[in-house]
Amino acid sequence: MLENIFVVAKQSVMGFLSGFLPEASLPFISSFLSIAPILGIFPLLFALTTIFERKGLGRIQNRRGPNRVGIPMTDIRIAGFGQFIADGIKSLTKEDIVPSSADKLIHFLAPVALIIPVLLMFSVLPFGKNLVPLDMKNGLLFFFAVGAASELSIFMAGWSSRNKYSLLGAMRAIAQMISYEMPFILSSLVVVMAAGSLSLVDIAEAQTGGIWNWHVFTPWGLLGMILFFIAAMAEANRSPFDLPEGESELVAGYFTEYSGFKFAIFFMAEYLGLFAALSVWITLFFGGWNGPFGQYSLLPSYLWFMLKLVLCIFFIIWIRGTMPRIRMDQLMNFAWKFMLPMCLINLLGAGSGYYIRQTFPQSPLAGWFFEWLVVGTALFWIWLELGDRIAGKALTQKREYRYADQ
Amino acid sequence: MLGAGLAKGMRETARNFIGSYLEYERLTTVEYPEEKIPAKETARQFPFLVYDGDDPEAGLRCVGCQICEKECPPQCIYIEKSKEKKPDHMGKMQLYPHTFDIDISVCMSCQICVEVCPFEAIKMDTEFEYSTTDRFGGLLADKHMLAKSNEHYNRIHPTEASAVDAKRKNDREVAAAKAKAKEEAAKAEAAKSKTDG
Repeated sequence: MLENIFVVAKQSVMGFLSGFLPEASLPFISSFLSIAPILGIFPLLFALTTIFERKGLGRIQNRRGPNRVGIPMTDIRIAGFGQFIADGIKSLTKEDIVPSSADKLIHFLAPVALIIPVLLMFSVLPFGKNLVPLDMKNGLLFFFAVGAASELSIFMAGWSSRNKYSLLGAMRAIAQMISYEMPFILSSLVVVMAAGSLSLVDIAEAQTGGIWNWHVFTPWGLLGMILFFIAAMAEANRSPFDLPEGESELVAGYFTEYSGFKFAIFFMAEYLGLFAALSVWITLFFGGWNGPFGQYSLLPSYLWFMLKLVLCIFFIIWIRGTMPRIRMDQLMNFAWKFMLPMCLINLLGAGSGYYIRQTFPQSPLAGWFFEWLVVGTALFWIWLELGDRIAGKALTQKREYRYADQ
Repeated sequence: MLGAGLAKGMRETARNFIGSYLEYERLTTVEYPEEKIPAKETARQFPFLVYDGDDPEAGLRCVGCQICEKECPPQCIYIEKSKEKKPDHMGKMQLYPHTFDIDISVCMSCQICVEVCPFEAIKMDTEFEYSTTDRFGGLLADKHMLAKSNEHYNRIHPTEASAVDAKRKNDREVAAAKAKAKEEAAKAEAAKSKTDG
């Protein structure tokens, strides 16, 4: 009952409306009913994340974080959770400043062009059983294609602002996002190989039946999970890969010249893109909307999904509170010398794992054991070797200054 | 191993995160208007005028000598002397300030007024919450606002204040002894002139 409440609710609304609305309008109403919850829930989740993030970062630094703003005209503080409403009102009422030398049309279009692909990314995500706005057969491909489109609007923003910081930030963003696009896609291919489908709905369904069916509990899945997460952080310009908006060097990066609500849209698009990437992460490796206890679901599938998403958000806040921003050359070294070879080797590992399991058709446990023994050991050894020889050396070696040291 | 350092860092931040909820001492900040860190003894903000006893008007130590007014680098002190005199703590007749204003929007907390004062009458306060909506009148501190008791001085700067109190006590005793000696000398003089006469 609770499991299908949204599906039933939509069907009953559609049944009610089809009584008196013209036939031609019904597909639009149906799309609207699918889109509206996404537009409602995820921006709200973004708003709550901003306050949770500030509180979490505060606690990591042994501070309290914001705890003042509550209900206006009263002394009720609700632990500072009025903050995001105040921030929203502030950014809506602020003056929208456009630099006089900016390319005004492109400057105006950039935030719009950013928010559209970011919202389109949500259209193929399975939020629960039978809860997917658009069940595409190539949903994962659509997700990556649309996600890559956001790079264009970032460069639009940086170029049209006519500001050196904006342009530098945009160039950094382009370099970073194109470099990490490849590991981002390649690390997810192992799951596509295992599930035999590009549809995110099929991938989630392939992991039903308990926590041991999740892809993260295979050696290639574990490695793919780590690689996908790192690439997703870089794609979303998230700490420790937040060079495009490094405030200590670039003011605010590509959206330096944006103010008021346009700035808020950039801010929101960044977080929504992050949520979409994390949702795909969950779907690919952590069973999507599946609960961990097999047929005993305990919670409806969409709640399992949201629970996992919230845990992921806490994890990225924790990461942001821990890691410093890395340098541009470290970023590039890491992408091309570690992530990319590791992703390619992981594809090989996934293939070998599949054949090892095929050799034990009677006993899945033995297959699982030998897969870990062979593929797991090999991948771990390669991780150590590659980490030390290529990325490790590049990341930790002392920089030589030819002229400054004399 | 690649990633081992990251795991170590994550453990450290997790310990801070959880610890900040469990141990109150970990928190490096206080919730300011409700909760305040007591001022350090060496702290100084703006000057105040010390008075003895209960009456700020009668017990004011300042004699209106205007040394501080002349020494003040940003010239933020304004003093008007009184016409009549009143006795100070040693019984000597002194003037007192009719008006004593400090513009705390101009004061730079340099403490020179305190160092030049020969009467231990002006000292540095630790009070800093002077925010006001009236930026001209509201930041001009007059004599009534500046006058604070010796007990307050003892509370905010105990070491310094007890030294000052000891010195003033000593001064009073010396003055009393001198007065007594003078009185006795005068008495002896009178007796001598009587016997002579």
